[in-house]
Amino acid sequence: MTTKFYSVRMARWAGLSLAAVLLVSAAGCKKKTPIPPPPNPIVQPAGPTGPASAGATITEFAVEPSTIERGQSANLRWTVTGANDIVIDNGIGTVPPTGTRSVQPADSTTYTLSANGVTRTARVVVTAPAPPPPPPPSNNSSKGTLESRVQAELRDALYDYDSNNIRDDARVALTADAEAMKRIFADFPNATIAVEGHCDERGSAEYNLGLGDRRATSARDFLIQLGVPADKLKPISYGKERPQCTEASEGCYQSNRRAHFAAAQ
Amino acid sequence: MMRKLSFLIPSLVATLLVVHVTAQNADITSWINGPGGAKPALAVTEFRGGAGAQEQMAPFNATLFSDLQNSALFDMKSKSLFPLANPQRPEDLRPEDNKQGYALQDWSGAPVGASHLVFGYSSVVNNVLVLYGYVYDARQANIQAAQLLTGRYTGSVDQAGAIKVAHEFANDIIQKFGGVGSLLGSRIYFVSDRGAPKNVQEIWAMDWDGNNQKQLTNLRSLAITPGISADGTRLAFTSYARGTPSISVLNTETGRALSFYNQQASINTTPNFSPDGKLIYYASSASGSTQIVAAGVDGQGFRRVSRRNAVEVEPKVNPKNPGTLLFVSGPGSQQIYRMNTDGAAVERVTNGEGEASNPSWHPDGQHIAFSSTAGFARGGWNIFVMDIANRQVVQLTHGEGKNENPTWAPDGLHIAFASNRSGRSQIYTMLANGTQVKQLTQQGTNKYPVWGSK
Repeated sequence: MTTKFYSVRMARWAGLSLAAVLLVSAAGCKKKTPIPPPPNPIVQPAGPTGPASAGATITEFAVEPSTIERGQSANLRWTVTGANDIVIDNGIGTVPPTGTRSVQPADSTTYTLSANGVTRTARVVVTAPAPPPPPPPSNNSSKGTLESRVQAELRDALYDYDSNNIRDDARVALTADAEAMKRIFADFPNATIAVEGHCDERGSAEYNLGLGDRRATSARDFLIQLGVPADKLKPISYGKERPQCTEASEGCYQSNRRAHFAAAQ
Repeated sequence: MMRKLSFLIPSLVATLLVVHVTAQNADITSWINGPGGAKPALAVTEFRGGAGAQEQMAPFNATLFSDLQNSALFDMKSKSLFPLANPQRPEDLRPEDNKQGYALQDWSGAPVGASHLVFGYSSVVNNVLVLYGYVYDARQANIQAAQLLTGRYTGSVDQAGAIKVAHEFANDIIQKFGGVGSLLGSRIYFVSDRGAPKNVQEIWAMDWDGNNQKQLTNLRSLAITPGISADGTRLAFTSYARGTPSISVLNTETGRALSFYNQQASINTTPNFSPDGKLIYYASSASGSTQIVAAGVDGQGFRRVSRRNAVEVEPKVNPKNPGTLLFVSGPGSQQIYRMNTDGAAVERVTNGEGEASNPSWHPDGQHIAFSSTAGFARGGWNIFVMDIANRQVVQLTHGEGKNENPTWAPDGLHIAFASNRSGRSQIYTMLANGTQVKQLTQQGTNKYPVWGSK
């Protein structure tokens, strides 16, 4: 029903555009560059055409650098002409005729590029990085480290789905935690403990950041009521970014819906 | 809400566009629906290069074809049906020489059936790649009248130059046919753990088609929930680099951090820019519960927006009505709500079925994409589009793994989202009717996409 209207619009528009094109061409004529001739017309075989498989040429297939440390990446680079089915193995798959791809193999790997039956390989050698230095020796051997004490003596408080209510089992856990914290702070007077709020993987990541904060602060507030100094506790929400378990089961979900304790940074 | 509206491809796209483009671009509805319900049928020939340009033509041809196909404006004709030869410049068009490919009717007739012919060639002139591109209406008997577009494009004599001129030529064709604008130059920002140690996620960026994937931050920490300014120059996100989650802002061109004053709070998170780029709305526990707040882009001028006692995150200001915003909140199951930016007139937008999150405004300010578990078990997220005025909903994904964080492309036709349908979470794009799904990332785990204008 509106065809007529639109065709009138289009015609007018096309006219305007043509004028614009002419203007552009005129402007472009200031500096005369002779228009080069096109390449010679291609001679194609009869029948439905498709790129000829016989003519595949792998002009280049290289990896740079050819030696990397584990964890670093290298770049594959290739140029292929005359082929329509170009594949690189090791999980890369079909690629355009020309391109680059960053790879990060864990071990030395030989990549093979296949183009219509023609193949070429490129090898990247992976060396192991130097091992990191050991941690400094502990001078708290009699009372253990803050980390070991927090890990051994403090239990998680668990929560229901989409809730920050302190359940009975969490009340028991946090009551024991409060006493353990008083002992830990007596041995480490300068320590601070992070109260981490975690969520299971089902709610949205963004909402879980807010929910995890509510869990962390509700656990902190409960501990303060039991006499733990407020300035020793630092709530921090991880939402669902750091699950301790990644199975899709209620047991796993429950273990992730928690307030967890760690030595603060 | 779960009523499935069986939109046809053109009608959904038209529905979204009609509102967005209104009168000045009403042409697109006629082109998408077409006079007889048909899109323009493009025959895009293989461009060849003279004088040293030929080796750049494979990426050129691939990019031109894929840009035109991705625009969703055209019916792309199969090259296997093309005549043996094709014109490379207008002088090659010879109506008398038909059946060879040199006459327009060779392209409009069977078996090609194209409405328009796209041809041209390239050459290297003074060490510059020059591309001559032409679009002719193949149904026109008169060659002069058939000429629709003629363009000359220049780039460097390498793959990047070939892709650049292909994007520019495709962009001109899309605009010529009334497209809202191509995706040319737009970028998708996302979060990735690729190559990073355990518990480290950084902000990355890539071109809209998945090319040029680059790491933007190197904080060696958790960086999540990015939000992009409308002009694409600044990105705000949640950073754990200072211990507790707080807002960081960076310049997307340089990757440099911009200063942002964080309120004293256990959490400051899910930042998003106001449409004019002058404010950042975010969620903060500064007053107790995680609530919607606002501040200048440097964090100064902090004010509370909401005073509800419920977890609130993801404030998203309406791009056409900056006095209102959407956000995600309980109590009870998380849902999408709206309110004024002074905290008044709170109203639930989603219908309460399942859980709902991740609202993303269409550029028209009248539609949103969002994720919801409605119709699925807890955690079964899918992408939906809603017309805010009448709350009508179209479901775009249907349980292919979890599908979250939809974000509209600047063209208002495409949506990027995160899905774990192939195992770990990866970034995908699709048309706003759920078709043409493309996976853009492969390595590591990739989440939280946001589509920037650049």
